[in-house]
Amino acid sequence: MKILVPVKRVLDYNIKARVKADGSGVELAGLKMSLNPFDEIALEAAIRLKEAGQATEVAALSCGDAMVQEGLRTALALGADRALWVSSTEELQPLSVAKLLHAVVLREIPGLVICGKQAIDDDANQTGQMLAALLNWGQATNAAEIQVGEGRVDVVRETDGGTETLRLILPAVITTDLRLNEPRYATLPNIMKARKKPIEILTPEELGVMVEPRLKTLRVQEPPQRPAGVKVDSVATLLARLKNEAKVI
Amino acid sequence: MENRILLVAELGPDGHLKSSIRSLLTAAKSLKGDIDVLVWGGDTTSAVVEAQHLPGIRQVLNGSGPALADGLAEMLCALVRPLARQYTHILTAATAIGKNWMPRLAALEDVAMVSDIVGVESPDTFIRPIYAGSIWATVCCPELLKLMTVRTTAFPGLEGEGMDPVTVENLPCPAALLQSTRIAVHAHAQEGRPSLENARVVVSGGRGLGSAQHYEALLGPLADELNAALGASRAAVDLGYASNDVQVGQTGKVVAPDLYIAIGISGAIQHLAGMQTSRVIVAINKDPDAPIFAVADYGLVGDLNILVPELTAALRK
Repeated sequence: MKILVPVKRVLDYNIKARVKADGSGVELAGLKMSLNPFDEIALEAAIRLKEAGQATEVAALSCGDAMVQEGLRTALALGADRALWVSSTEELQPLSVAKLLHAVVLREIPGLVICGKQAIDDDANQTGQMLAALLNWGQATNAAEIQVGEGRVDVVRETDGGTETLRLILPAVITTDLRLNEPRYATLPNIMKARKKPIEILTPEELGVMVEPRLKTLRVQEPPQRPAGVKVDSVATLLARLKNEAKVI
Repeated sequence: MENRILLVAELGPDGHLKSSIRSLLTAAKSLKGDIDVLVWGGDTTSAVVEAQHLPGIRQVLNGSGPALADGLAEMLCALVRPLARQYTHILTAATAIGKNWMPRLAALEDVAMVSDIVGVESPDTFIRPIYAGSIWATVCCPELLKLMTVRTTAFPGLEGEGMDPVTVENLPCPAALLQSTRIAVHAHAQEGRPSLENARVVVSGGRGLGSAQHYEALLGPLADELNAALGASRAAVDLGYASNDVQVGQTGKVVAPDLYIAIGISGAIQHLAGMQTSRVIVAINKDPDAPIFAVADYGLVGDLNILVPELTAALRK
C-alpha cells in the first residue's frame, strides 16, 4: 500500500505572525518557514506504517510556488520515499488544494492519504475532509491512533467529549491530531541525501484542475485586545475582588 | 433577494439541544433572512420540541434515525446535501462534529467554505481568526451557497422563546454507508464536573504544574470547590498532564466562561485564542512577565504549589 502525505510550508510556529503595514496580508518576507506541525505528524505516521511493514511507499506532495520544494526536501529527509510538487503561483485555497490532491490520487492510487488536520497559517481545517468527499472515500479526522488491518483501518479520533474509534474501509483519508505521535528529527546525512533526490513536478493545468481562489480576503488586522488588568498581592485580595468587583463567585 | 438560512444544531449526550444553537441564531440574525433549524440524531424527540420554541425561526427540520446516531461526516452530508441548494447560508458550530462534516459538504457542492467565523460584517463578508488567533481576516465569500462553521463563543446566545411552536418537517433518514462505522466510544467525561463548553467556571493548568499528579491534585479540588470544568494548555497536553479533549486553544477547544482561572500557563498565543473572550480571567504564575498577565483581569504572581491550595482552602470557608 502506498501512502500519500500532503505537506504545507508555513510560517514557523515559534514566530508571531504580524500584519503587513497596509493590512493586505500577513508579513512573511524573510521569516523562517517550516513544515506545518500537523503535517509532520502525518508524515511520521506514514513513515511508521512503512517501518512496520504495513505500507510500501510514502509519497509527499506539496502545492505552491518554488519555495515549497524546501518543505518537500524536509519530508524526504524525514523518510518520504518520493516527492511531488504541484507548481502554482496562485493563492491556493483549501478547495483548490483538495482538487489538486484528488487529481494526484487518481494517478498515484494510494491506499491511504494522511493529512495534518489543519495548517497553522489559515487554520481552515478543511482540505482532508474535502479530499475525502471528492474521492467518495471515508474520512477520519483528528486521529490519535491508527491501526491498519486487512482492507480497513481503525482510527481513534479526538472528539469534544473524549475519543471514538472509527473503522474505515480502505482507501480512506485520515487527518492527524497532536497526540498521534512525536515526529522525529531529520539527521544530517539524511538531509544531505534528500538534497539529491528528484522532485517530480506537476502543474494544475496538467492535472486539469482550476485553482482560481474563490474567497477574497479583504483585509487582515490584529484582533481586539483586552484591556490590561491588575496584579493583586494575595489570595484574600483576589477573592475579595472576584466577589465584590467582578461578581463572578 | 431574501436569504434562506439553515442552522444545523447539535444534541448533547442527554438528547437535549445544545445551547450553541442560540449563538448560531445570533450570527444568523445579521444575515437577514428566514431561518430554519435542522436537528439530527439517533433520537431527536426532546430536541425537536425544544427547537420548535426557539425565537424567530421559520421551521424545524428533523433528521432522526439509527444511521445518524454516531454523527459520522458521511451520514450528515447524506442528510443535509439534498436540502443544501434550497438555502443561501448553512451554519453550524465549529465543534469536532461541525468541523468534520461541513468541509465534506462544501466539496460535494463545489463551494469554498469559511471556517470558524467570529463576526458577520454583511451577508457575504465574515471575520475569522487565522495564525492561531493572532490575526483576524475579513473574508468575502461570493458563493451562492455560503457554508460556515461558527465560533459560538464569539456570538452571545439569542435569548427568548418563540410565541407558538413552529412546524416540523421530518426528513428521510439516509441509509447507512459502508465507508466508515463507529465501533467504539470512549467518553472522557470529567467525573461529576461540567463539560468545558458549558461550564460557568474553567480552571486550566499548564506546564507550570510540573506533572500529571500535580495537575489533578492541585486543580481537582479547586475545580470541585467552584463547580468548574478542568482545562489545559497545549503544553500540558503535550507533556501528558491532561488529555487532549480538555485542551483550550486555537487547535483545541475555544471557551468563554464567566470565570477562567489560568494556573501555571504562560499564555502562548494559541492558548489565548482559546480563552480570551472569557468574561473574567485570573492568572496565577510565578513569572511576572508571563504574557498571560496581559489578558488577565487579575494576576497573582507566586508559587502555584502554595497559592492554589490556599485559594481552594479560602473558598471552602
